[in-house]
Amino acid sequence: MEKFSIEGTPKTPTINFDMGVGFLEIKGRSIPENSIEFYKPLVDNLEKYAGSPKPATNVNIQLEYFNTSSSKCILDVFKKLEAIHKGGSQVTINWHYEEDDEDMLEAGEDYQAIINVPFKMVQVEE
Amino acid sequence: MMLDIFDFYDKMERNNILLSFKGDITSELLTSILQIMESKMDNMHEEPKLKKKVYNVLVECLQNLYHHMDETTENGGERGRSAIFMIGKQDGDYNIITGNYIMNDNVAGLKKRLDDVNALTKEELKDYYKQVLNNGEMSMKGGGGLGMIDIARKTGQKLHYNFMAIDDKFSFFSLNIKVSPNL
Repeated sequence: MEKFSIEGTPKTPTINFDMGVGFLEIKGRSIPENSIEFYKPLVDNLEKYAGSPKPATNVNIQLEYFNTSSSKCILDVFKKLEAIHKGGSQVTINWHYEEDDEDMLEAGEDYQAIINVPFKMVQVEE
Repeated sequence: MMLDIFDFYDKMERNNILLSFKGDITSELLTSILQIMESKMDNMHEEPKLKKKVYNVLVECLQNLYHHMDETTENGGERGRSAIFMIGKQDGDYNIITGNYIMNDNVAGLKKRLDDVNALTKEELKDYYKQVLNNGEMSMKGGGGLGMIDIARKTGQKLHYNFMAIDDKFSFFSLNIKVSPNL
């Protein structure tokens, strides 16, 4: 199955989505002015993947910064993952945060409260 | 002219302004400003925690200006396009100050949004954020009204603002955000 990748820029994250093994990674910064446009291809690919997902889907979110414009799009991504989880693939979202970054931990907990998918909070050293 | 520029310099010096800008807010400008502020804070050896908070709040403040200018340019002409911002540091606190023209028709709505956010406690802000995040509404640019809530949450302070009436069409809106290292 296909892979979908986007290389990171100072305002947008690196995305690696390996649909053959069920692995999605979003890392870096997500602070574009127009985040809907940026996230649309990922959301489309998740929809495609939802048709025949792997038995397990692992998701690594490792963001240094994200703006409020991205936060709704990230929720959309998680809602797609929630549907995939309901559809029978065991989805795990590994939310990474740097040890002193309480705001990033709280942001992960906000999503955890909304989305019905197992979250793992992963502390990383700076 | 000599006197004027010294006056600016002196005022900025006394208020410890690190960076200021007046004019069109473009995407490229914001990229540059963020890079400059990041390297300034690196050179000043700021704590990573404070650095992240300032950066986050700065992104929201500047993108507010960017989206706002986009919306008002059509009706506002030249005035709609112009904005100002300053970033200063005093007694360890960072101050982010923005100013822009706003149509008088939009003043009441914005004032209500700011007052609503200012009325909430830390816990209420957290709940309100989640509620707005999950309400399914999305502005054209994806902001969806989260910016001010996020700024209030991250800074732990009230949003200080002012509206100054200019004429029958415009007011000037200013926002003064303090990011303090002791949160």
